Amino acid sequence: MDLDALAGCLSSSACLVTQTTSGLIIGMLLFLVAVGLTLIFGVLKIVNFSHGAFYMFGAYFAMTAYQLTGSFALAMLAGAAGTAVLGLIFERVFMSRVYGADVLMQLLVCYAFVLIFDDVVRLIWGPEFRSMGMPAAFQVMPLFIAGGVVPPYYLLLIGVALVAAIVLGIGLSRSRIGKVIRAAAHNPGMVSALGINTGLIYGGVFALGGMLAGLAGALAAPVRSLTPGMGFSVLIESFIVTVIGGMGSIVGALVGALLLGLIRSFGSLGFPLFTEGLMYLFMVIVLVSKPTGLFGKEAA
Amino acid sequence: MTELEAGRADRLAPVRSVSALQRYRDVLIALIAFAVLATLPLLTDSKALLDFVIRCSAYGLFATSLNLLVGYTGLTSFGHGMFFGLGAYSFGLIMQKLGVPIPVAFVATLAITALVAAVIGAICVRLKEIYFAFVTLAFQMLIHSTILSWASFTGGDQGLRGGIPRPAFLGINLANHVDLYVVSCALLVLGLLAMRQIAQSPFGYTLRMIRDNAARASFLGIDVWRAKLTVFVLAALFASMGGMVMALFVSGAYPEFAYWTISGEGIFINMLGGVSTFLGPMVGTVLLLLLNDTVTRFTEYHGIVLGVVILFFALGLRKGLLDFVAEWYTHRRDAGEGR
Repeated sequence: MDLDALAGCLSSSACLVTQTTSGLIIGMLLFLVAVGLTLIFGVLKIVNFSHGAFYMFGAYFAMTAYQLTGSFALAMLAGAAGTAVLGLIFERVFMSRVYGADVLMQLLVCYAFVLIFDDVVRLIWGPEFRSMGMPAAFQVMPLFIAGGVVPPYYLLLIGVALVAAIVLGIGLSRSRIGKVIRAAAHNPGMVSALGINTGLIYGGVFALGGMLAGLAGALAAPVRSLTPGMGFSVLIESFIVTVIGGMGSIVGALVGALLLGLIRSFGSLGFPLFTEGLMYLFMVIVLVSKPTGLFGKEAA
Repeated sequence: MTELEAGRADRLAPVRSVSALQRYRDVLIALIAFAVLATLPLLTDSKALLDFVIRCSAYGLFATSLNLLVGYTGLTSFGHGMFFGLGAYSFGLIMQKLGVPIPVAFVATLAITALVAAVIGAICVRLKEIYFAFVTLAFQMLIHSTILSWASFTGGDQGLRGGIPRPAFLGINLANHVDLYVVSCALLVLGLLAMRQIAQSPFGYTLRMIRDNAARASFLGIDVWRAKLTVFVLAALFASMGGMVMALFVSGAYPEFAYWTISGEGIFINMLGGVSTFLGPMVGTVLLLLLNDTVTRFTEYHGIVLGVVILFFALGLRKGLLDFVAEWYTHRRDAGEGR
């Protein structure tokens, strides 16, 4: 425990800015993964235990695309589009077979794919740590805000995630397709009776969730090292996010992710070894005081 | 939902006068099983085989205790492995730091586990389904983080090293491989027998009723919360026993014993063997360990092989192996009787 370091940081604006931005990017990446998870749970009523794999594939797709083309934009596109396709196939071929089955059975299918996907990545890209490297466009002087160091790439990352959050929020609440999705979450039988292909909706939602996780992975690729199994810790953390925020709530996912990001970045100063423990502790406190999560609906 | 129909009243024998007979039958089976296991060292001197059985004992106790929660009560715990780790660590630490006789450490560990499980259970069992799963998972990770960060006490990520002292007691020397083997088997058989008694007791049927319809159980005057808490603590005790067997076997304790993957494997074992029969998890344990051992020998990509096997069970059979066999048997018997 190192409370002096934490107190020292809280009283210095430079450190405060640095830690807050690093907390924000952790939070934003987590949000992108968690919002897909919460969306899939909300509509398909499935806890996608293999969601971390999409994050991992997004990062690897982006790295390969970047190495082949040298274009950062194409790398992001490859990460997002590749995982969207993967999500669609995964849902249509495998997950659609276990709808309505026991929760354990669904978890088991996902668990199988966690094992398979990790090994597939190891087969294709090798077991060692890989890195994509920071694109040239972002290898510029970091910004200094109130004495704190903020790499420009962080700003882009936060911006992209925010745009995704806003588009998703407005799209779901305002657009026609968003209304259909929400209706399908509420009463799939009725939606189907009205002549809408619910299988397509389910596949689409799963693809969207996979795409968001893939985008998060692609965005993380320049700043994190890539390794098979990298999706797992992200998965556990985004579970915590969805549970804190409330299953099925997008606002909850955003708030939960940001809180968790800040806990991680400031906690690493005060409790360097117990950072993870802090997150779990926080989750326990939230769940005990409000079992449905901060923004969850009652009687879920 | 076939995999969760464990002991529905219309399937298993109703609570008629059979219960006394059944109790003796179980004891008899347990005695025979122990006798067979205990003669194994006389027939073979393969250390690998005995090791395999010891590992099966540790995991079997753990997985069967998880089935008390998952299969019988409908509590999908995702953090049951924390008690496996807690058992291994408490036992190892007590033996290393206090140097008491093994039975004392054994009982003390059970007492610690009961206390911790009662506190955690009191918080968790109020929660429903998926939330219960995740809070138990969170507690598991909390314990895991504590073990990692409290390095001066637990050895951190290196684990509890330096070996666990195994002084002889009552003429049993656990440093001797065969003695360790026999004691593990005895613990396994006794543990399974005790869990069987719990499952077949009126309390066990109360648990099934809670699983099938908690509201109705509550209307009938059953304190659902207390029943759930009781089974949570009981299951934790047997998981802790499994952890102790493991700690004795490897002569140490490692953070992996408390990691969530142990819980994941427990769930997987239950699904593999089937949760609708009492011995399903035991079959699952043997299957998983066999699978793990053979697959790792042939390929380094054992995740793919294991994953495909899981998919076969989940999407192909749609139930555990023993569930499948039991259902097939019932089907055949019914057909034979012309029903």
